[in-house]
Formats: sequence, C-alpha cells, structure tokens
Amino acid sequence: MRPLIDMRSIQKSFGANIVLNGVDFEVLPGEVHALMGENGAGKSTLIKVLTGIYERDGGTIVVNGREVHYRHPKEAERDGIVVIHQELNVIPTLTVAENIFLGREPKIGRTGVIRYKEMEQQAASYLRRLGMDLDPRELAGRLSVGKQQMIEIARAISTNAKCLIMDEPTAALTEREIQALFSVIRTLKQQGVAVVYISHRMEEIFTICDRISVLRDGQFIGTKRVKETNFDEIVQMMVGRQIGERFPKRRVTIGEERLRVERLTKKGLFENVSFSVRAGEVLGVAGLMGSGRTEIMEAIFGARPFDEGDIYIDGRPVRIRSPRQAVEHGIAMITEDRKQKGLILEMSVHENLTLPKLEQLATAGFIQSSKERDVVLTYIHLLNIKASSPDLPVKALSGGNQQKVVFGKWLAMNPRILILDEPTRGVDVGAKKEIYEVINELAAQGAAIIMISSELPEVLGMSDRVMVVHEGKVQAILENDGLDQETIMRAATGGNR
Amino acid sequence: MMGAKRKWDVKKLGPLIGLFLLCIVLSILSDDFLTMDNWLNLLRQVSINALIAFGMTFVILTGGIDLSVGSVLALSSAITAGMMAQGVNGFVAIFVGLLAGAAMGVLNGVLVTKGKVAPFIATLATMTAFRGLTLVYTDGRPITGFASDDILFQMMGRGYFFGIPVPIILMLTVYIALYVVLKKTTFGRHTYAIGGNEEASRLSGLRVDRLKIYVYALTGALSALAGLILTSRLNSAQPTAGTAYELDAIAAVVLGGTSLSGGRGWIFGTLVGALIIGVLNNGLNLLNVSSFYQQVIKGAVILLAVLLDRRKEV
Repeated sequence: MRPLIDMRSIQKSFGANIVLNGVDFEVLPGEVHALMGENGAGKSTLIKVLTGIYERDGGTIVVNGREVHYRHPKEAERDGIVVIHQELNVIPTLTVAENIFLGREPKIGRTGVIRYKEMEQQAASYLRRLGMDLDPRELAGRLSVGKQQMIEIARAISTNAKCLIMDEPTAALTEREIQALFSVIRTLKQQGVAVVYISHRMEEIFTICDRISVLRDGQFIGTKRVKETNFDEIVQMMVGRQIGERFPKRRVTIGEERLRVERLTKKGLFENVSFSVRAGEVLGVAGLMGSGRTEIMEAIFGARPFDEGDIYIDGRPVRIRSPRQAVEHGIAMITEDRKQKGLILEMSVHENLTLPKLEQLATAGFIQSSKERDVVLTYIHLLNIKASSPDLPVKALSGGNQQKVVFGKWLAMNPRILILDEPTRGVDVGAKKEIYEVINELAAQGAAIIMISSELPEVLGMSDRVMVVHEGKVQAILENDGLDQETIMRAATGGNR
Repeated sequence: MMGAKRKWDVKKLGPLIGLFLLCIVLSILSDDFLTMDNWLNLLRQVSINALIAFGMTFVILTGGIDLSVGSVLALSSAITAGMMAQGVNGFVAIFVGLLAGAAMGVLNGVLVTKGKVAPFIATLATMTAFRGLTLVYTDGRPITGFASDDILFQMMGRGYFFGIPVPIILMLTVYIALYVVLKKTTFGRHTYAIGGNEEASRLSGLRVDRLKIYVYALTGALSALAGLILTSRLNSAQPTAGTAYELDAIAAVVLGGTSLSGGRGWIFGTLVGALIIGVLNNGLNLLNVSSFYQQVIKGAVILLAVLLDRRKEV
C-alpha cells in the first residue's frame, strides 16, 4: 500500500540544538499510528515540520506520492492533513453546524446570506456518517469537551481530511467520552482516514492503535506493530533503558489519622462525603470526570465553598475558608490543570518554586535572596528538575519538568496533607516514575496523601486504599488488596461493590 | 537560552534608546533644549505624570487599570486646599489629602476584588463620581489664596533642595522606593505573580484580594501626592485638575514596555515612558508646534512605540 505520508531522514535544529536527527515516519491510509516519546523527544517538532510551521533542514516529505514543502498548516490541510490540538478551536457562542462550516458557509449566491437549512442538513449528515450523537443546532459552548472535540473531527472530515493528527486527544475526556472517541476513530479507519495518535497513555495506545513509532532525543528509534510488541518494549524504546517496576515499591508504616472529613456537602456538586486519611497513607480517589472528585478536594483546600460538613486535622476541627488557611494548616494541593492553576508561566522556575513560602524567606517583607537561592537549588536537585538555569521561565520547560516544579513548590512547605489531582497528566514515563518516587518519599516522611487519578493502573499501583466517587457521593472505599480495575470501574459507574 | 536572554535585554532597552534619539533630535532642532533650566523645568513637569504612572504600573502589573487617578488627584487636592483655607496646619492637611487619596484607592480595590467589578468599569464609575464630588465640594470654583504662609505646602511644588526642585526629589525618592519594592520584597513578587496567573496565586495561598486593594490604595495615594504638587505650584486647587491624566499615565506605562495584560513589566520603563512624554511635550513647545498638532504627534509616537514593541515579540 502506498503511504499517505512518508517522511524520510528529517533533520531539524534550532541553533546548535539538534531536535530531529534523521527521523523516518510513515502513515498508511486507514491506520491509527501512535507517535510516542518522552517530552522533548521531538514529537511535536516532527508534526510542526510536517505541517509547515517549521521549515526542515534536511530530508524529504512525500504526501500522496508527491514531494511537498508546506509553508503553512493551511497548505497541509489542502492535502488533507489536519491537526486537532489539545486546546480545541471551537467557538462556544456558535452552533455545532456553524462551527463545522466556519469560513466555508453555504451562501445564497455571493450575498453573504447563509443558507442555514442546507448547512444544518449537511452538518447532520457528516455527524451521522461519523456516528456522532450531536444536534447541529446546539450551541458548542453547552457541550462537554468530548463533544466539542467531535465538532473538530467533523469539521476536518467535512474538508476531506485524509489524515488526522491528534495531540493528547483524551487528556480532558471522561471514560465514556474516550470510548465514544474510539468508536469514531474506528469509523474513520473504515473510511480510509489515517489517524496519528500522540499520547502518553499506554493502555489507550494498545487499545486503538495499529502501529507505534518511537522517538527519543530527536532520534528515530523504530516502528512496531502493536500486535507484535508489548508495554515493556515500548517503554524501553522510549527511555533507552530498562525502567524496572512501573510503580516503585514502598515500605511505610501507616500512623495516626491525619485528616477526617465528615458529611461534606455542597448542593448540586457532592453530598455526605466522609472519609479519612492517615499519616503515611496514600488514598487513591477514582471516579469519572465530572463525578465531583475534584470539587470535593477543592472544598477541603478552601478553594470552593461548601454548605455543610466538618473537617478535622489530627482530630481537631478546623475551619478552612481559603487556600491560604489550608496552607497554614499544612495542606498542599497540586491541581489538575498546571498551566491554569498550578504555575505562573511567565515567571521563572525559581520564582514559581518559592511562591507559597516566600513570606518565610523574607525579613520585614524583604526577600532574603541567599535563603531563597538555597531553597531553589535544593528542590531543583531533589526533584531532578531539568532546566538550564533556575531563571528560565517555567513555560520553557517540558510538561514533566513543569509538573516537578509544581511538586517542588509545595514540597518546600513540608505539607502534612498533600492532595494530588491527576499528578502525572501529560507527563512522560520516565518523569512519571520520578514523581511516584517523590509521592512515596513524602508518605514515608509521614504525610497523608490523597491522589485523584483517571488512570486506574496508577490508582492501583500507588494507593493503600481507593475511594470511588460517583455522582458526588462516595460509592465505595476499598482496601487495595487484590483490587482490580473492573471492581473500581463498576463502582465508578454506579454499580455496587 | 543565552540568545533568548540577550534578546530580552535589547527589548528592555528599546524605550531608553527611543528617549535618547528623541533628545538628540530635539537638541539639534532647538538651542534651548539642552539647558539646565529647561531640564529642571521639564523634570518638574514630568514628576506629576511620573508619580501617577508609578502607581499605575503596579495596578497594570496585577492585570488591572485605574481610570480614576485624575479625579482622585482633584478631590484630594480640594480636600487639602479646603482644610488649609479654613486654617488647618499644612502638615495635617497634606497628610489628610494623601490619606483621602489612599482611601479612594481602597474603594477602587474593594469594588474590583470584593465586588468583582471589572477594573475598567469600577474605576470609570469612581472617576465620574469623584469628579462629581470635587465639583460639589468646591461648588465648581477653584480654591485659592490659602497657603501664602505655609512653608511646607509651598515647598511641595515650588521649593528647591540643593538647587533641585522638590517635585523632582519626590519623584526620584518614590521611584527608588518602588523599584526596591518590586525587585526585593514579597509585595513586589506577589504583584507580578497575581498579574501572571491570579488563580494559581490564590491557590498558592497568596492574599490576592488584599494585595490588589493595597495596590489601588498606593495608586490613590500617589495620585494625591501628584495633586498636592500641582496645587502647590498653582497655589490653587482647580475642580477640573487632572482631567485626562489617566491617559498620560497609562501611556507612560505602556511606552515603558509593561504589558497591559499583567504580570510583565518594570518601573524603570515607566520612568522612561514618562520622560518620553515629557520631553516630547517640552520639545514641541520649544519648537512652537501648535498644541493641536502636539496631540497628533504624541498619539503617533505612542502608536509607533507599541508597534515596534509588537514586532519584537513575533
């Protein structure tokens, strides 16, 4: 079969920094091809070279048997190569149909008057063909992220896309939405559309993809058929070494009760939530997205008001009305969305690291720069943060290193209770393991840890107990002793334990 | 990384280079431009806008804006002048005037943080209301002839200290103090953090609302200080004083390279920005350019500076 896209010996460097060194990448019609590699391996650079955002220094790109030199993503789109970014390009105030036909609306002659009926009928037919359950007249802003993503896919297909490049498409989706996306991808395959699937989630890749290509440090490592490889082999290709146990072992004696929550209720979000965590314990929190698991933790952290309920720390009742008070009680929270809520992207690694405890590093309001420096260097070293200088803006770091900065920022205050919301989202395998080790180390030092995660293997690999949240209620609290994914999923979808 | 750093430095120097070029051109065109007298006069004029713009820099760094500075200036000046006209001691009247400015700033800050009103709207409303209060208080007439014997008050606008006009000394003192605050203190760091990402700052345990209220209060107090200098120089408090001053202050901040979206900027840039506006005003006067054309040229310079700044970011 003639490849749809054939990239050979691609070279690209920025100054002295070689980011792609002889990379081959081939996409066949109707295949789902995973592009994998740690953050900084060159995946996004490769895609940018393909779609003309960057000019290549060497190598050839052949699309449909013709060598191409795109200068703009629009030119790639004309050849049917469409990128669907993690940040969706959907206009919330327009309808589904208006979004699909944005800029290409069917008009009456040259008047600029839109033929709405025709546009909606055409949109409906595209949606039907892709098996998407969407009303063309619905406002896009009312739809979930998963459905908005469907709009983008439908838009791409309506422009005759032959290859969709999806960057972390499931990062913000619920389990059900992921299944819906996979069924759309399977429909696309049958219609001969290729999908390049960029993700860190191994389980998904082994479910939906046909082939996997791996990059490491700008080098092309190889392409494998999913049927002929396994998880360990791919990880080894990505990190270049045996990574050993995926979840590091932990030996901790669990101590006294640190945090107890009783009957926490916020109308419409969660009700009657009671649980406790002990020193040295990791409580995994599972549940579908939208189940209220994040909101519960935000309420405990003082970032969200609640109606009723009591919180006890070390057996004493506490009132927490703001994140500041939570911090004063020794609670730290690592939020799910590190760019929006965790980091100040314009600021340096060093300024981000000391933000929550700056007042302790200052005398009469004046920052003691030598003290600050010590703290910064300690945590950069401790967490193995890879930054050429502490003064580098944090936005210049890879996802994994950004997440380590978020960790460092909170570790610097020696938290007694640590709430983690999706601590390894968008983080590559190597950095993931380092983060797990930090979590274990903190538990060993006696912190009580609450870890929300959508990745069930992570929940099972890290937790002592697992709390499952379903529609704002605690559905089950399970000892992690021979626990399996199915039991958790059953509880998370409202089934009995 | 080194390349990135160097580029940033060049970007920072842009406003300063602009100021130098402007001075060179004006010194060629006019013999009077580079004289000591002219510069002392120029700097004295600049000090009023610069003081307001220093406060505005903080507000803009937090991602806000303060349109009420001109009205705060007028109302606090009227309060001080009114007190002195009734025989209150100059020191007390000055203190109350500054306090009134700070209190008006606190009101702005509370509206923005607790009332959750967009800064543009909140300060647009207080700009109108404070101006109205000034007109009510003064009955629409200037307050004059109140401080003929108060040395302290006269010094503020007209005095000299080692041959340097007091307003210039006030401007430089405030500049140095605020430079240190931004560079060395938790207050300064938190100001940048809140402008960079308010939500992340709140979740990091910063007292976001309180800091914003302080920042608006600072701007109010500095506007009042600028108003006292102006009132002292004119020896009268005009109910319409400070009209449209917010525009010159915002222009100075923007010319200096501070981002209107918050989180990025520096106060040295604002000083340079205020000087550019001052030099331009002064130079165009020396060259006898009509005041109508002066506005056109000022607008064009601001636009040019911002456009050049944009190009560098691409």
